[in-house]
Amino acid sequence: MPGKLIWKFDPGAIDALAARLPRGVAVVSATNGKTTTVAMAAAVLGRDHRLAWNNSGANLASGIASTLLAARDADLGLLEVDEFALPAVLERLRPRVVCLGNLHRDQLDRYGELEHIAERWRTAIARLPEPTTVIVDADDPLVAGLAEERAGAVRYGIDDPTVGRTDLPHAADSKYCIRCGTPYRYAVTYVGHLGDYTCPACGHTRPPLDIAAREIELDGLEGSSFLLETPAGAAAVRLSLPGLYNVYNALAAASLAHALGSAPAETADALAGFTAAFGRFERIVTSGKEAILLLVKNPAGANEVVRTLVDGGVPPVLVVALNDSIADGRDVSWIWDVDFEPLLERAERIVVTGERAAELALRFTYAGYPAEQLELEPSLERAFDRGLELTPTGGRLGVLPTYTAMLALRGLATSRGLTRPYWERIEP
Amino acid sequence: MTRICVGHLYPAYLNIYADRGNIAVLTRRAALRGHNIDMRAVSLGDSIEPGTFDLLYIGGGQDREQAMIASDLATKSEGIRTSVAGGAALLAVCGGYQLLGRGYRGRDGSWMPGVALFPHETVAGEKRLIGDVLLSCELVPGEPRTVAGFENHAGRTLLDPGAEPLGRVIAGFGNDGASGDEGCRVGRALGTYLHGPLLPRNPWLADLLLSWAIAHATGESPEPLQTLPDTYEALAHEHAAARARARGGRS
Repeated sequence: MPGKLIWKFDPGAIDALAARLPRGVAVVSATNGKTTTVAMAAAVLGRDHRLAWNNSGANLASGIASTLLAARDADLGLLEVDEFALPAVLERLRPRVVCLGNLHRDQLDRYGELEHIAERWRTAIARLPEPTTVIVDADDPLVAGLAEERAGAVRYGIDDPTVGRTDLPHAADSKYCIRCGTPYRYAVTYVGHLGDYTCPACGHTRPPLDIAAREIELDGLEGSSFLLETPAGAAAVRLSLPGLYNVYNALAAASLAHALGSAPAETADALAGFTAAFGRFERIVTSGKEAILLLVKNPAGANEVVRTLVDGGVPPVLVVALNDSIADGRDVSWIWDVDFEPLLERAERIVVTGERAAELALRFTYAGYPAEQLELEPSLERAFDRGLELTPTGGRLGVLPTYTAMLALRGLATSRGLTRPYWERIEP
Repeated sequence: MTRICVGHLYPAYLNIYADRGNIAVLTRRAALRGHNIDMRAVSLGDSIEPGTFDLLYIGGGQDREQAMIASDLATKSEGIRTSVAGGAALLAVCGGYQLLGRGYRGRDGSWMPGVALFPHETVAGEKRLIGDVLLSCELVPGEPRTVAGFENHAGRTLLDPGAEPLGRVIAGFGNDGASGDEGCRVGRALGTYLHGPLLPRNPWLADLLLSWAIAHATGESPEPLQTLPDTYEALAHEHAAARARARGGRS
């Protein structure tokens, strides 16, 4: 693996590889949505640029080095970066634009606590040279706080209370004021703790939005539309990905495109043609049935998958897969922090699978899911086939895998000729 | 049928490692035996009147949340100690386990006093101890058991000489990564670093706590609860135990 070797033996070479990109490098990090955001941005920016883009999701230092090495004729770098790797990567790449999305609790065994990640980010941002444009999700208090002192920062967010809610989910993070610790008062929340917040004690509040999504319409599992407003004008955006979390991903991608000079109309046009990134709401059609692959990896992301399915219609049969490799998180306790209950009320049959399938069975039965509607099948392949078997012809199967289970299931579908491998579907 | 009054301390602050899984297991396993759990949140400003609660639960939080409740918890110290001395059951997990000791010594030398229920002190360590854990324990004489869980803590908890641990480490780090002890027991109070969450994959421990809580509620001696099939519980325990044997104590 050349990327790994470079990072280890000659990290200075990364600086040189990044520096040879004439249009610079744009970097995206967040707990949830990195891969989709970067894929959306690639759909927009790929029209006018040759991209060095880590489309396989290889977002650690070594994967980034490999991407830069391989993209010899690229003119713009477009990279998703792991939250923990971000400071070291920023130090080397000196990016032109850095886009920071939401921070949620995720794989505490690997990343440590949220405040710790934010602190590392804060130090890294402070070291960035002045010309670097910093983009933040203004709806996340912890992330918005990182750009408070930053000249020229771009703040994006959702501004449409009609699609929000007024309660916080169980696993909500950052619900206490970053300045004084008092619980925030939310006029509205959109995804987890992301929303329009004000501290009743010290007045700390969501900053004004430079780039906003308004007039949002959610169209079940089919997609959504919204009005994208930027300092360079507005455009109507139609997405074929469902859920408010994908509106956030589109906003982050649009903010990135804006910072790199794309006009809102171009952005909207490219987003309209965007389908799905690797395992994120990817559809697989087989023998008259449709399986939807929905990656789940932490409470905040899984909660949005649940909510999107509930809003758009829960498939009668679900396959839920839990692995515990390092990339999934070795600590599986996070499944208890996901609000699965609305899904359990609606699903007729659930097949649990993966290396830690029994933990899922416990999670669902202790929530009151009837034992006779639940099956445990450790083999991913047999569980997938069992799910398809239970799904009526013309029906839809929901598949919710963790990261390595998703890779395995995609591999299975590819070997059956049902999906194309990611390297054949990268060109926007 | 017994009404079991459970006090859940600071559920809005200390909930980081799926503490609600432990609560769900206690509630459902009580209901399956015909008992009724009266679950009450005990939060900032609430007091703990000894005798009120048959079982107390305190989980873990991120450092920031733990700092927010620390001074309030100090006002509840006596209520907690008197409750346990009076036979109430208690389960403290991770941060809650640390907070219920005598105190925590930070990296900067600062001292944060605790509830002093458990005879231990915790000092901040350099490296976090993270991974799967398997313990052997014998909380009821003549009934050896294993406990499987996951640990993730920077603190090293040092038990006083003669203090009773929850169990001995078969695989994993435990209290301090060196002594081979994990957790602590005082009467019907159990403290541990193990989450995962703890109780779904160790249902016998949930039942033991419930039997103690019922004994406190009725004033009688603890009786074993009627057994349940626990098929998934046994499978989850087996998988977690295998993980600990294969990779516990390495991070």
